[in-house]
Amino acid sequence: MDIYLPIAEMAVDVFVLLGLGALVGFLSGLFGIGGGFLTTPLLIFIGIPAPVAVATGANQIVAPSVSAVLAHWRRGNVDLRMGVALLIGGLIGSAIGVTVFAVLHRLAQLDVVIRIAYVLFLGVIGLLMLKESVQAMRRARQPVSRPKPPRTWLDALPLKVRFRRSRLYVSALLPIAIGMLVGVLAAILGVGGGFIMVPAMIYLLGMPSSVVVGTSLFQIIFVTAAVTIMQALTTQTVDVVLALLLITGSVVGAQFGVRAGTRLRGDQLRVLLAIIVLTVAGKLAYDLVATPLDLYSVGGVPEAR
Amino acid sequence: MSGGWHAVRLQGLQRAATLLLLALTFLAAAAAGARAELVAALSNHLVAVSTGFSGTDVLLFGTTDGSGDVVVVVRGPDSVVTVHRKGRAWGIWMNEADLAFSKVPGFWSIASSRPIDSILADGVAEFHGLGLPWLQFEPLENTSQRRIAEFRDALIRTKQRAGLFSGEPRPIAFLGQRLFRTDIWIPANAPIGTYTVSVFLIRDGEVVSAETTPLVVGKVGFEARVFDFAQKQSLGYGVLAVLVAALAGWLASLAFRKG
Repeated sequence: MDIYLPIAEMAVDVFVLLGLGALVGFLSGLFGIGGGFLTTPLLIFIGIPAPVAVATGANQIVAPSVSAVLAHWRRGNVDLRMGVALLIGGLIGSAIGVTVFAVLHRLAQLDVVIRIAYVLFLGVIGLLMLKESVQAMRRARQPVSRPKPPRTWLDALPLKVRFRRSRLYVSALLPIAIGMLVGVLAAILGVGGGFIMVPAMIYLLGMPSSVVVGTSLFQIIFVTAAVTIMQALTTQTVDVVLALLLITGSVVGAQFGVRAGTRLRGDQLRVLLAIIVLTVAGKLAYDLVATPLDLYSVGGVPEAR
Repeated sequence: MSGGWHAVRLQGLQRAATLLLLALTFLAAAAAGARAELVAALSNHLVAVSTGFSGTDVLLFGTTDGSGDVVVVVRGPDSVVTVHRKGRAWGIWMNEADLAFSKVPGFWSIASSRPIDSILADGVAEFHGLGLPWLQFEPLENTSQRRIAEFRDALIRTKQRAGLFSGEPRPIAFLGQRLFRTDIWIPANAPIGTYTVSVFLIRDGEVVSAETTPLVVGKVGFEARVFDFAQKQSLGYGVLAVLVAALAGWLASLAFRKG
């Protein structure tokens, strides 16, 4: 059954969109990621114009993030103070990202820069996560206490704040910097940025895994909301009908994801996420180097791949 | 007072002139009607794009005043289009050159009662633009003819792949000697705007008569309102999009908590 999308200006099968939403929602609930790094490429892959895919992807992420944050909130797994610190950085970062986005768009290099950025970030993070979780699984067999992250010059930064839920006493500049990086990515790549933020919070800040997911989702809600409004204002590429279909699929998927997440062990989850991240990176890398079907492309018309 | 009189007299003269013009127009129209070589009409002048839109056929029918062939060209709204060419840099394919054209139709298709080559004299197809090779795009920069041809071919190829240009003529059926009909296919990805449907009557290899009818492809109902809202009240639209998403997330969370 086809449905016509008013902003994308094209007809797409309803069940393809619902299924895509459910898949991304499941991963969102499972790993505490927005899932945008999957939504945006998949939307482009089914022929949605890239600007609409990026803007609508951001809009869609708001919904599963809200329902997942509520689920984590009830379990007391959201560090509000940490979330606000991340958010301040996130808003600054997304403003920077929107400016960079506009410049790249003018130079007609947006597509390739987005792909290279995806390959680099997903590749590095996927490998790091895989290495760490395999080591953790080996250690689990001969139980040793979790290693504290190395504390060096990071401890010397000013503006120290006590984050009670996270059992941390660190400089507020650290979460703000992490939030900023994530905000830039949110604007340029149309992602929530959870796949950067979650590892950064675990390895850089040393936050306990239990509060990491809920807190990162809290920040993602507001950063993606800001990006959605900015895109609606500047490019009018937010497709509400498309977003609602993706949301319908994703809110259902997210609940199952949260439940599945409580049954799986943390290190197993991380291996799984690492494999998914590396697969997406591999596919994008292949597309970058493989000879395109047609060397020429026309603005506004889907590319042949 | 005299100014008023002049005004009344002028008005009278104007009225008489208008009447005369009207009469002449009627006479001309009647004369044309008597020897109308080609009359064509569409079953529908508005293609309504709504939720279920997945492309549609518009029926074109008409009569000729005798034997002859008919060619129909459908042209979508013109716009400026940029064509990019990829090249390899450090092993990665990226856009390295581009050329923009204006007057590129968003949609273009052709139909003919017989193979085009067999019914037109030399140069006629080119003159009337009856075929993809004869579409006139205007490059927005001065460059070599070879480069223009290269990017122009790529543009046509890409549009053809997307189903927006069709070089192969669709059939036009003659019902008897004079009555003809054809279906004009408007695909789901056809751009919104005013199209022109041009009907050409061809005899002895030459175009002897032509008629052009507008065809509007427009969004209606819910789609049109969403589109207008997004264009005219962008901030409100963006805020609403976020609120709707947040509400959906909250509702789902409530539903699954009880379930």
